[in-house]
Amino acid sequence: MTVQTLDAAGGSRTNRPESGPAPAPGAAGRRLGWRRRLLRTGSVLAALGLWQLLTGLQVRLWLDFSQLPTTLQVADSLRQQVGTALYWEDLGDSLRRILLGFLLAAVLGTATGVLVARSRTAEDLLGPVLELLRPIPAIALVPVAILLFPGTEQGIVFITATAAYFPVVVSTRHAVRALSPVWEEAVLTLGGGRLRVLAQVVLPGALPGILGGLSVGMGVAWICVISAEMLSGQYGIGYRTWQDYTVVDYPGVLVGMVSIGLLGRITAGAVELVGRRLTRWLPPRTERSTAWTP
Amino acid sequence: MDTLTAASAPVTDPRPGLALGLRRAELGRPGAPVLRGVDLDVRPGELLTVVGRSGCGKSTLLRTLAGLLPTLSGEATADGAAITGPDADRALVFQEDGLLPWRSVRGNVELPLAIRGLGRAERRDQAAGWLARVGLPDRARDLPQRLSGGQRQRVQLARALVGSPRAVLMDEPFGALDARTRGEMQLLLVDVLGETRATVVFVTHDVDEALLLGDRVALLGGGPVRTLDVPSPRDPDAAALPETLSLREQILASLRQS
Repeated sequence: MTVQTLDAAGGSRTNRPESGPAPAPGAAGRRLGWRRRLLRTGSVLAALGLWQLLTGLQVRLWLDFSQLPTTLQVADSLRQQVGTALYWEDLGDSLRRILLGFLLAAVLGTATGVLVARSRTAEDLLGPVLELLRPIPAIALVPVAILLFPGTEQGIVFITATAAYFPVVVSTRHAVRALSPVWEEAVLTLGGGRLRVLAQVVLPGALPGILGGLSVGMGVAWICVISAEMLSGQYGIGYRTWQDYTVVDYPGVLVGMVSIGLLGRITAGAVELVGRRLTRWLPPRTERSTAWTP
Repeated sequence: MDTLTAASAPVTDPRPGLALGLRRAELGRPGAPVLRGVDLDVRPGELLTVVGRSGCGKSTLLRTLAGLLPTLSGEATADGAAITGPDADRALVFQEDGLLPWRSVRGNVELPLAIRGLGRAERRDQAAGWLARVGLPDRARDLPQRLSGGQRQRVQLARALVGSPRAVLMDEPFGALDARTRGEMQLLLVDVLGETRATVVFVTHDVDEALLLGDRVALLGGGPVRTLDVPSPRDPDAAALPETLSLREQILASLRQS
């Protein structure tokens, strides 16, 4: 279930809900009808019910559900944990790490992407290094992070930022390269200089593409913050989940996963929401281009 | 507010138009020249239309005059001085999609004024005046995507002229419009340009448009650039005059040859 949620966080920009034909400006728009709300709620409830069934009946069909806690046990454990300060501290720790890492990645990634796309010198200087570093999974940097930083806290933020950094760089670079030269020419012939072009053309024009990278980056950041916490963390939801596993508190493990899933959903939703607000100028999707009803 | 600002019509630009020139110029991108040995003089304040087949280098010529493309050899000048880069004095109007889609209509028209550092109130005022001038007084808040193609070109026109440039370079500005809208835009252009002294270079592949709007027509492609005087510029009734018709035939014949 956790994996699913993180996946959705990563790819959610590509399958955003259809807007219908040209919503009036300022109208709320994109509000789901009761039918689709019902379907969505039903799907989550069905998944929970299925889990309850499989674990409650201790199904053993090659896959072994007998050791896993049921939905109700997990809910019970969650209710207990929500009442403790420790749960919220762990949540806050993970959230702080991810937001800090993500913010660093967003700023540095966008800057690098623009630089590499706009300057041949920057491309020649940074490009090869970036291409060599990019295939290294951020989580493989744990030993380096431990050696490099004075504390684990900075190390985890470093790993999270590195994970989110590359998707942002790559998408920014592509988006900036794909910009229509007409807009830049327009600003130049209206008397604008390089900074104008950067602020009025490059950044706003590349924003839809950058947001795609930010969405993916947020998904990867969660994967890495949790893994890093499991490997080397003190406190944090990943650390707690692993702790629960080592003391055989299986409902606790599942509570950790559910919490990660919910937080991932919320942060991905926030990126999506900000993105939509900033890109209202995109031409409205037509019914034909988005609605895909099997 | 709209009626108030619309009443304060744009001030007539006292600055004379630029004289633009090309001397034995080779134009194009490095390694891919499109035009060679171009000699052309655009007189201050005139409206020169440039016709030629598609791909003959009309846009290249315009971008060179705008300062976006350096000449590969020879020189491009404005008032006798070499053109070294783009400048607010030489505004460019594009065929389509030249507006910044993330800026409102007003934001687009205010852009050259903002670049020049004008205050907010002044910008608003001038932009509103020009939007009224091009017939869109109540669309200031809209995003470009909510306008029709013709309306977008009106906004581009307002944006190009609001900064009082000394030359306006137009790259098939009405090429993507339907015949009727194009006719309206031609009238609007004539009307609006009547208030400025700016030099205009107007690129088109439509010979009739070139004959209607231009003081002179420049023929591009196949050999040296030829310029021909238009009998009675910007007179819609002149299209049926014998001298216009024979000029039209002459242009069409030379386009066929090139």
